[in-house]
Amino acid sequence: MRVALFITCVNDTLFPGTGKAAVGLLRRLGVDVEFPLAQTCCGQMHLNTGYRDEAVKLANRFTETFAGYDAVVAPSGSCAAMVREQYPHLDIEDIPKVYDLSEFLVDVLKVTDVGAYFPHKVTYHPTCHSLRGLKVGDRPTDLLKMVRGLELVPLPGAEECCGFGGTFAVKNRDVSAAMCADKIGNVMKTGAEVLCAADNSCLLHIGGTLRRQKSGVRVLHLAEILASTEESAE
Amino acid sequence: MSGTFVGMPAFPKNAAKAVQNSQLRFNLRKATHTIRGKRAAVVGELDDWAELREAGKAIKDHTLRNLDRYLLQMEEKVTEAGGTVHWARDAAEANRIVARLVKETGETEVVKVKSMATMEIGLNEALAEEGIEAFETDLAELIVQLGDDFPSHILVPAIHRNRAEIRELFLKKMAGAPKDLTDEPRALAEAARLYLRQRFLEAKVAISGANFMIAETGTLVVLESEGNGRMCLTLPKTLISVVGIEKLLPAWQDLEVFLQLLPRSSTGERMNPYTSMWTGATEGQEFHLVLLDNGRTSVLADKVGRQALRCIRCSACLNVCPVYERAGGHSYGSVYPGPIGAILTPQLRGMDTPLDRSLPYASSLCGACYEVCPVAIDIPSVLVDLRGKARHPRTEKAGMAAAGWVFNRSKRLAKAQRFGGRMRRLVPKRLPGPLSGWTDTRDLPDIPAESFRDWWVREGGADGRRPAVPPVGNLPQESRKK
Ligand code: SF4
Repeated sequence: MRVALFITCVNDTLFPGTGKAAVGLLRRLGVDVEFPLAQTCCGQMHLNTGYRDEAVKLANRFTETFAGYDAVVAPSGSCAAMVREQYPHLDIEDIPKVYDLSEFLVDVLKVTDVGAYFPHKVTYHPTCHSLRGLKVGDRPTDLLKMVRGLELVPLPGAEECCGFGGTFAVKNRDVSAAMCADKIGNVMKTGAEVLCAADNSCLLHIGGTLRRQKSGVRVLHLAEILASTEESAE
Repeated sequence: MSGTFVGMPAFPKNAAKAVQNSQLRFNLRKATHTIRGKRAAVVGELDDWAELREAGKAIKDHTLRNLDRYLLQMEEKVTEAGGTVHWARDAAEANRIVARLVKETGETEVVKVKSMATMEIGLNEALAEEGIEAFETDLAELIVQLGDDFPSHILVPAIHRNRAEIRELFLKKMAGAPKDLTDEPRALAEAARLYLRQRFLEAKVAISGANFMIAETGTLVVLESEGNGRMCLTLPKTLISVVGIEKLLPAWQDLEVFLQLLPRSSTGERMNPYTSMWTGATEGQEFHLVLLDNGRTSVLADKVGRQALRCIRCSACLNVCPVYERAGGHSYGSVYPGPIGAILTPQLRGMDTPLDRSLPYASSLCGACYEVCPVAIDIPSVLVDLRGKARHPRTEKAGMAAAGWVFNRSKRLAKAQRFGGRMRRLVPKRLPGPLSGWTDTRDLPDIPAESFRDWWVREGGADGRRPAVPPVGNLPQESRKK
């Protein structure tokens, strides 16, 4: 099986650590993951902001880049959802088979215990596109529950949007900030040290607010927790 | 659509104000979360909810595809049953027809059943100009009317008002309200009941909308909770119903689906207290049906947007919407607020004003609306489609073009990333211009010195083939099992 990593433009540029973690994790599980350098962006930002033509160009580019792979793994629920849910609306043909990381682990590799170790109190935010777009369900929390040392605490109002929404965060800054404030209120209630999600865009937004408020709560992508082992633990 | 909201600023401005109003946010949160919970519970009871939803969608789509045929059938059946059918192209025409019909009765007062269509066309205001006074009889609608206010929710138009405010309003504006009125819901309802009873007894003309129209028999259907609608529909001599052309259903049998979908989605009840159905005119009474287009046929012509016409106005999408909950209904500048308003208003009214252009962006695309919609309207997709049709600000267009240019060649992306990496210490804590929307409340992330792709290449990873670094061995078999 030929497996490619679609790192996503946001992770590539701002969160290389998530990509490294995904590669490390997949290799540890015996997957010889490849990285086509021609990849750039899935086109989600353009589409969702109303630039369909630009998005179609990027979608076609994506499809060409990943042609021939049996599976494309993306450490981002919303980018995976863009390809799987939105490309058909854009009349894109031969869409590669894209999985969010947790789907690939649970459905393709059929593992929930990835041999990770992470001795911290963690709460999980499901993110809208993973939850309602991809419908990843309990896969991420099933994976987290098997991580040694990790204490998973439920997040109240978990299914509510954090208010990111791409350009929404800028165009409707006040509503976005109000939504984030409520999300953070719920995170604080859990007493968790780490807020985990499978999408760095949402974490950029929530984490940026947590940092501004000097809350002491860290945000981490699911891949980074699953990649942690006894040797790598601080 | 009605002119009542004309001249309102764009959604973000309205919402920014509403967000500051903590009383409003508290009221809205409490109300929407309560209905949301009730809805989830009664929907969860039905094993075949998904099938019902599919059926609802399919019936509506079929009807919309054959609307011409069903409308003529409806006209024929209503006429056969002694009613008169009128066709109204737009709000002005509908208002003219209704005003004329009322005048022909010689009356100057009418009672009204809660109706979105008549709100949409601004009927009350139009009648007032003709010297006809319209009394809303739905409790929440009455509260809005007495307060010279705008509705802020489809089902609960006065959701933004609390009990204390309602009490004051009644004391000030409602004839005959007892001086010692308290803000107990029971007392408030009783005061309204006494006031309305008088209106019902005096009224000779009633105006309604309808939740459904059955083409097969020419029957109209109204679902309600209070029974005030039933009073209006039965007591007065003349009944005038203004109904959007998309409210049709082909046959009686279809009600089986919709009488399950609507109450459960709307009030979170298994069944609503009052369902009134009537076909044509009863002896000694008069019935007029005004079929309203007002932009609907142009919505129907749009491949993506037409699904908005499936809407049965249950307001489930409002009750789960995180944006509606914080921005409030008035921010949408239309009688249709919330997610459905964000896709319906710009389609019905066009996107010529800053407000109407901003509506498709009044969403984080979280998808909660689509998930609960009983007729499976993919609201996020329609929003995105409308965004594509809206005029874009010049700076944004330039930014998007630049991003597209960078993303169209991976080498350009790599260069941009390296440039960003080198400049990372120079990025200010607060961004300028529209981007300040980001840094007002959030910190920027630290920009990494090296992008992922540069790391990959540095590590010896080849382009899309085997990475030079060998895989780090397999996990023991047992830990790979689920
Ligand atoms: S769009 Fe769907 S959920 Fe919203 S009011 Fe209409 S039918 Fe109800």
